[in-house]
Amino acid sequence: MEISVIVFPGSNCDRDVAVSLKKVFKRNPKMVWHKEQTLPKSDLIVLPGGFSYGDYLRCGSMAANSPIMSEIIKCGENGTFIIGICNGFQILTETNLLPGTLIRNRDLSFICKNLPLKVENSKSRFTHKYSANEIIEIPVAHNEGNYFADQKTIKNIEDKDLVVFRYCNKDGIINDETNPNGSKNNIAGIINEQGNILGMMPHPERATDKVAGLIDGEKFFISVLESIQ
Amino acid sequence: MIKITKELIDEHGINEKEYSFILESLGREPTITELGIFSAMWSEHCSYKSSKTWLKKLPTSNDKVIQGPGENAGVIDLGDGDAAVFKMESHNHPSYIEPYQGAATGVGGIMRDVFTMGARPVALLNSLRFGDINHSKTKHLLTGVVSGIGGYGNCMGVPTVGGEVEFNACYNDNILVNAMCVGIAKINKIFYSKASGIGNSVVYVGSKTGRDGIHGATMASAEFDDSSDEKRPTVQVGDPFAEKLLLEACLELMKEDIIIAIQDMGAAGLTSSAVEMASKGNVGIDLNLDKLPCREALMTAYEMMLSESQERMLMIIEPEKEKEAKSVFDKWGLDFATIGVLTNTNNIVIKHESEIKADIPLNILESGAPSYNRPYKIVTNPEVDQSYLLKSDKKIIDILKKLISSPNLCSRRWVWEQYDHMVMNDTILRPGGDSAIIRVHGTNKALAVCSDSTPRYCAADPTEGGKQAVAESWRNITSVGAKPIAITDCMNFGNPEKEEIMGQFAGVINGMVEACEILDYPVVSGNVSLYNETNGKGINPTPAIGGVGLLESLDHFSTPNFKRKNDNIIILGDTKGHLCQSVFAYEIFGDSQGLPPKVDLILEKKTGDLVRNLVTKLKIDTVHDISDGGLLIALTEMSISGEIGFQLNIDKSNLNYSFLFGEDQGRYIISIEDKNLNDAIEYIEKSNISYLSIGKTNGKKIKIDRDNEIDIEELRDLYENWFKSYLKSN
Repeated sequence: MEISVIVFPGSNCDRDVAVSLKKVFKRNPKMVWHKEQTLPKSDLIVLPGGFSYGDYLRCGSMAANSPIMSEIIKCGENGTFIIGICNGFQILTETNLLPGTLIRNRDLSFICKNLPLKVENSKSRFTHKYSANEIIEIPVAHNEGNYFADQKTIKNIEDKDLVVFRYCNKDGIINDETNPNGSKNNIAGIINEQGNILGMMPHPERATDKVAGLIDGEKFFISVLESIQ
Repeated sequence: MIKITKELIDEHGINEKEYSFILESLGREPTITELGIFSAMWSEHCSYKSSKTWLKKLPTSNDKVIQGPGENAGVIDLGDGDAAVFKMESHNHPSYIEPYQGAATGVGGIMRDVFTMGARPVALLNSLRFGDINHSKTKHLLTGVVSGIGGYGNCMGVPTVGGEVEFNACYNDNILVNAMCVGIAKINKIFYSKASGIGNSVVYVGSKTGRDGIHGATMASAEFDDSSDEKRPTVQVGDPFAEKLLLEACLELMKEDIIIAIQDMGAAGLTSSAVEMASKGNVGIDLNLDKLPCREALMTAYEMMLSESQERMLMIIEPEKEKEAKSVFDKWGLDFATIGVLTNTNNIVIKHESEIKADIPLNILESGAPSYNRPYKIVTNPEVDQSYLLKSDKKIIDILKKLISSPNLCSRRWVWEQYDHMVMNDTILRPGGDSAIIRVHGTNKALAVCSDSTPRYCAADPTEGGKQAVAESWRNITSVGAKPIAITDCMNFGNPEKEEIMGQFAGVINGMVEACEILDYPVVSGNVSLYNETNGKGINPTPAIGGVGLLESLDHFSTPNFKRKNDNIIILGDTKGHLCQSVFAYEIFGDSQGLPPKVDLILEKKTGDLVRNLVTKLKIDTVHDISDGGLLIALTEMSISGEIGFQLNIDKSNLNYSFLFGEDQGRYIISIEDKNLNDAIEYIEKSNISYLSIGKTNGKKIKIDRDNEIDIEELRDLYENWFKSYLKSN
């Protein structure tokens, strides 16, 4: 099994996600520089968090036009697993591999904290190790994590069960008060209709290490591993 | 040719005596570029002219110190070939004029000091001081500084893990923004700034040079007045994205044996990096400014030499290795330009457009640099009898509620949740505790880091305040079970030309010297920021101390939150009930008379060593030091963070303000399970440290006595909500 982590100028969670992937997948991912024209054979592609191109112009917009991206779009359309975390999610929406967009947090400030998430879809290839409606704890760290799409798109996402994670409180209550950034319907993570591409604002790679406090991200990576196998 | 007039010399902050020295040593009038270079190098900020005779007194070595002051940052040995590289620096004046950019570039600058030595930055801390909460500028400055710090650190992907925020009217027109960075390097891969090898190339890398920040170092060395806002153009603008690229490019190149010397361009830009690198190496340096990557057209040599544009580095490499080095910077899309050569002249020679714009013997910049023994007078407050602070019929619980929701004791969550404090995945203990714990990546050992200062103590008694600042840092590192190793300091004071302010500096240094020696906690790097006053009013003397300690193993460390019900709560150290200069005295009586609590350094060391042994040998997992606000505040913090209450069980005679809110030094609270109690007590008794058992953890309430109890939830709301409601209010 081959994993590629794409490194853009300004990526800063590339090492973190590589450490988590290595722990779960028991192999080193390839770190692929964004200027490469060809992608090594990959069963899983990860677009890590960070500030690609300094978030200048619009988060993820420049990275979406990096040389490597045309390869990634092709792979995604052909069913290769792709995960976009935080800035990676923003890049995936900019390439239209996922619908919607991520705008500035409702309170206009950066938020870094642990947050409870409800696993809304525990049948996806990224989440099947979680039980239905399980409440997990995963950190967020973003300034533009406010998921937005027009009503038709939101309806489509909801109708087709494409929302995988929603912000909630520790009792699973989903409302405005438990919405950290103003996302439509408290959406924290979604998949595409084919079910091979996932984008999420929370950082599962920050929750795979007991010494650092959280481990709920482990089941996410194990789900992906088992789906690929 | 610009004529050098008296006005021009004055504007450059050069006095008559200094100017005659320049005339005499050059044997001619300086050019405008030369005048600019002298002005920058001899500014207080770069030359430490008022402070250096005092700084020399500070202890700077122990068996762990690899590099003390004098380099870009200090270096200590962490064992196994690892080193920690760290420094703290001020960015006070720019942050007051333009809070977002001032704070952001402060963070950017301190990170460059660390990665220029070959270390990957792994933690950022800060020490922030703002004016009175009701002052018209405070909210604007607070929100701007916090988002500037976050904006830069978050983008760099370096966690901001600790800091302090204080409000006090003395900072109304002169806030303090001190930023600290800690990095990790391999001991055999540390890079220094000493240039060597005549004929080697002087290479410029990073962002292009613009007109921003010209004369920043001189501005930072002058008092502020009402026209300070006009100085806005001298504030630099930060580009954290460029710095992230510069970081990765430098670390990538540092894997090879290519760089001979490297230094970042910080205060006084190209001038200070070129002069310092060449002086350290005892070589000359020729720069050809035609080659300098510029952002703006028609820049003069003067502007290029004094620009403080950010995200730039100067390196010395062998000419034959230029190509290999350039390929790394090309990959990261950064400028790489050979702008000069090392010579045997011992002069700095600046050429631009076929003219020699400056030719100065380096030794006169160094040896001629002024050094003053400024007159000083150490003034302490008169001692007062504190009995008037006991006369109040306010209920203890009401005082607790007021203190826990006061601006200087309430939760700083609003601040640190705007900083990415977990990126890099090695933050083991997050902000909000006594120290943060940062794992050394890929190992089971960790750094403990903190930043501290108690300026009101320093104002009341500079010497005791200086001792206390160092002791509190040492205590905070100890509280998590780590061994304190060394500190960096950022000395923020008023105008040293005033005797009493110079006396504050002298007194604080004297106190620090004593504490650093006895606690074996030397200073390895630092920065001095003087002239922190506006319209003649000085700030409280503020020596911010950045502490670094080592936790040999992450198997055992301690945190402040209560962990279990029915734990035994014990105070280690003597409680005498000192209320003068306490938060209680200020918040409840509006009083700031008298002397601060004394620090007994010998006892401090013994008590701290005991605490560390209790954590590492007896596996005690709950420790908090008692500092601002005293015993009851410390206990409340332990309760709120652990979501477990407590019941005090103390002698009635101790149910008073001084016992509960006194700020006696050298004390810790620990909580111990019943089954470990006897062993722990036996251990404590053997070490001859006084202790007092004061109650047990229990339930969801804080119970002091029958008349004084409260739900933790109620206190938590008071504790957590102050910042939000303050910022919402008009």
